[in-house]
Amino acid sequence: MAAYKNLRWKAITIVVVIIMFAAVGVYPMFAQRFGLPIPGWLAAKQLQLGLDLKGGVHLVLRVNRDDALRISTESVTEQIREAFQNASITTGAITVTSPTTFRIEGVPQDKDAEFRRIAEEQAGTNYERGSGVGGAYDFTMRPNIARSLREQTMVQAHDTIDRRVNELGVSEPNIAQHGDNGDQLLVQLPGIRDVARAKDIIQSTALLELKLLEGGPASTREALLQPHGGQLPPDMEVVSGAADASTGESGTMYYLVRKVAAVNGSDLRSASVGLDESSRPAVMFSLKPDGARKFGQVTGSNIGRSLAIVLDDRVQSYPRIDGRITSEGRIAGNFTQQEAADLALKLRSGALPASMTYLEERVIGPTLGADSIRSGVMASLAGLVLVVLFMLAYYKLSGVNAIIAMVVNLIILLGMMAYMGAAMTLPGIAGFILTMGMGVDSNVLIFERIKEELASNKGARAAIAASFDRVFLTLLDTHVTSLIAAAFLFQFGTGPIRGFATTLFVGLISNLFTSIFVSRALFEFILSRRPANAQTVSI
Amino acid sequence: MQILPTTHFDFARWRWHAIALSLLIMLAGAATIWTKGLPLGVDFAGGSIVIVKFQAATPVERVRGAISSMPNGVGNDAVVQEYGNPSEHMVLVRVAQTAAQSGQNLSQDADAVVAALKQANIGTLEVVGTEIVGPVVGEQLKKQGLLATVFALTGILVYIALRFQVSFAVGAIAATLHDLLICLAFLAFFRYDMTLNVIAGLLTITGYSVNDTIVIFDRVRENMRSMRRDNLSNIVNVAVNQTLGRTIITAGTTLLSVVALYLFGGEVLEGFAFTMLVGIISGTYSTIFIAAAIAIMWQGRKPIKGQVVAASPETRKPGRRRAS
Repeated sequence: MAAYKNLRWKAITIVVVIIMFAAVGVYPMFAQRFGLPIPGWLAAKQLQLGLDLKGGVHLVLRVNRDDALRISTESVTEQIREAFQNASITTGAITVTSPTTFRIEGVPQDKDAEFRRIAEEQAGTNYERGSGVGGAYDFTMRPNIARSLREQTMVQAHDTIDRRVNELGVSEPNIAQHGDNGDQLLVQLPGIRDVARAKDIIQSTALLELKLLEGGPASTREALLQPHGGQLPPDMEVVSGAADASTGESGTMYYLVRKVAAVNGSDLRSASVGLDESSRPAVMFSLKPDGARKFGQVTGSNIGRSLAIVLDDRVQSYPRIDGRITSEGRIAGNFTQQEAADLALKLRSGALPASMTYLEERVIGPTLGADSIRSGVMASLAGLVLVVLFMLAYYKLSGVNAIIAMVVNLIILLGMMAYMGAAMTLPGIAGFILTMGMGVDSNVLIFERIKEELASNKGARAAIAASFDRVFLTLLDTHVTSLIAAAFLFQFGTGPIRGFATTLFVGLISNLFTSIFVSRALFEFILSRRPANAQTVSI
Repeated sequence: MQILPTTHFDFARWRWHAIALSLLIMLAGAATIWTKGLPLGVDFAGGSIVIVKFQAATPVERVRGAISSMPNGVGNDAVVQEYGNPSEHMVLVRVAQTAAQSGQNLSQDADAVVAALKQANIGTLEVVGTEIVGPVVGEQLKKQGLLATVFALTGILVYIALRFQVSFAVGAIAATLHDLLICLAFLAFFRYDMTLNVIAGLLTITGYSVNDTIVIFDRVRENMRSMRRDNLSNIVNVAVNQTLGRTIITAGTTLLSVVALYLFGGEVLEGFAFTMLVGIISGTYSTIFIAAAIAIMWQGRKPIKGQVVAASPETRKPGRRRAS
C-alpha cells in the first residue's frame, strides 16, 4: 500500500480551514474579552447575539393595507367630482362603497356619453366601469392595480419604519415582511428599553396636512355647521382637535376645514425641535421648493385667515396667516420636549401609507438575556465535558481523535455563523449542543465500524480505509435527511427558531467534513508513523 | 472497552410486544389530550406573559393574591410561578387572552398586571420581560408548525424511497411518526406547554429519528448482498444486532448533551430539552423494535428488490429493475 501520499496536503487544508474559521468566529470573542487588537473588517463580521440574548423588543404588526386603497379611491372620486363640475355635469351622490369600489348615481341620460368620456379619462386606467343600470355606475379597481398598490404600501410602510427606527438610534434593527398573508411586518429592536415610546413612534401614521380654516372652533358639530344651514359644504370637512388651553376652554373642539390640503407631509424637507412665542417646545419645519411655491400662493392670497395644522386627522393648532410664508413653518401645541422631538422625528421620516395594528409583542430585558447566556454557556460546557469524558474512557486514543474533530466542528460552526451574519439565539445554543452530540454520533459510527473491520484481521490501514469508504454513504444519507428537516424548520420558523435551524444546518454540513475528512486524516497521520503492516489501533 | 459483545438477540420476535407497548402509551397520551387537552403556550393560545423581578424575596402566593383580585376578570385562570434562579426573585405571570386584547390595546392586559402588582404594594419590582401574542399569530403558528412537519416528513420519505426502497421509507416514517406521538403523549403526561421551542424539538426529533433508523437500513442494504439466501426478517435481525452497539452509544452521547441542556439550559429551553430527552429514548427504541418491523410487514411476501440488484453491477441504484 503506497498510501498516504496526500497526507501533507490534507494537513495543510485542515490547518487553513481552522485558521480561516477561527479568525472570523473565535478570535474576535477573545480579542474583545482580553483587549487584543482586532482589525476592523473582522470586527464587522463578528458573531451577533440574537434578541433573546441581547435583550430588546420584538414586534409583529399588521399593515392595514385597505387604508391605502381607500385613500386612493377617495382621491379619484374627488378628481372626478371636480372634472364634472368643470364640464357642468350634475350627478347624484358619488360614494366610496369599499376600499376598491365607488358608485356614481343619477347620471343624466343626455350627458351619458360625456360622462363616460370624463370617467374614462379620470379613472379608466385604474378602475373598471360597470354597465350602468338606470344611470348608476359602479367602478371597481382593477385587480393588478390593487395588488401592486398593496405591495407598494408594504414597501412604503417598511421603509418608513426603517427610517424612524434608524432615527431612534437603534443599532442593527431588523425589519422584515412576516407571515404568509403578505400584510405583516416583523420589527426587532435590540437594546430598546422604552417599549411604549418605540411602539408609538413606529405606529403613528404622522400624516401632516395644512388646510385653510373655514369655520370654528366650535364645541359641537351642529354649532360648527350652523352658518352653512346645517349642511356640510362638499369641498369641506369637519376635523376634531383638542381645545387651545390658552383660551381657557377644554374638551374636544370641531373645526371646519378645506378638504384639499394646501401642503402635506410629502412636501416637507425637514423638521426639527424649536420654541414657540411663549418659549414652549414646538416643531419647526421647512418645505421643498414645490411645496414652498404652493404654500406661498395659499398664504399670500389668504392673509388674515387661519391655517389649520392637521396631524393624523386632528387639528394641532390654527395660527393666523400674517403674511406670505414660503418655505418655513412652525407647529405649536402643548408639547413636552420629548413629544416635540418625537413628532419632528416622525415628520422627517415621512407618513405611513396605512394604519397599523400590533399582533405580537415580546420584550426581553437585559437581565433575562444575560441569564439565558449564562445557562446556555453552562449547558454547553457541561455537555462538552460529559461527552469528552465518555469518548476518552470508551475509545481511548481514538477518543482524542473524535474530540479534535468535535472542536474543529465547533470552530467551523462559529466561523460560518459569524461569516453569514447569523445571530446567536438561545435555541441556537441548543443547536450547538445538539451538533456536538450528533458529531460524536458520526465518530461512533466510524469507530464501531473500524472495530468490526479490525476483527477480520486485514491490517489496520486496510481496516480504516474500508471503514471510512463504507461509512461515507451512511453518513451522507443520515445527514441529508437531517438537513431536510432543518431546511423546513428554517422555512417555517421565525426569530429564535430560525437561529436554531441555521445552527443545525451549518453544523450538519461542517460535521460531514470533520467526521469524514479531518477524522480520517488524523487516523492516517497516526498510522503513517507506524509500520505499514500494523494490526491494531487504540480504539 | 466494549459495552456489548456481538449480540444475537431475536428482536423480530418481540416486535408485537413492542408495537403493543407503543400503542398503549399513545392511547394513554391520546386519552390525556382528549380529557385534559394539550396545554398551549402563549405562542399558540395567545395571551400575555409578564416576568417581574422583585428586589427582595416575595412569596408567590402574595403575587397570586394581587393578580386574582384584578378587575374585569383578567386575573381569572392566571398562572403565577417562580421563574429562573430562585436567588433572582423572579416571578412569571401569565394571563389568558381577553376580548379587549388586540390591535391598539394589545398590551392592555400586560399593563394591567404590572399596575396591579405595583398597587398591591408587595415589594419594589421591575419588569424584565413581556410576551404578548394576539389571536392571529397563534393561528398562523399552528399552521406553520403543522406544515413544517408534513413537508419535512414528505421530503424524508421521498429521499429514502429513492436511496433505499419504498418499504424502508414506510418503516422510517412509521418510526418517526411513532416518536412524534410518544413525545406528544409525554408532553401531555407532564403538562408541558406547547411553545415554539417544543415544536423545534419535535422537528429535530423528526430528523434525529430518521437518522438513527437509516443506519440500520443501511446495514440491511449491505447485508442483503452477503446474505442473499436468508429471508428479510433474518437479515434485519442481524443488522439490528450488528449496529446495536453504535445505536446505544450514540443515543447515550446525544443523551448526555441533552441532559446537560435539561439541567442547565434554564427555563426557556426546558420544554425543548424535555422533548429531546423523550424523543431520543423513543427514537432509539423505535429504531430497534419498530422501524424494521414495519418495513418487514410492508414488504410481506413480495420479492426483495435489493437482493436481485445486489448481483448486478449497478449497486448504487437498487431496485430499478426486477428480475426477469
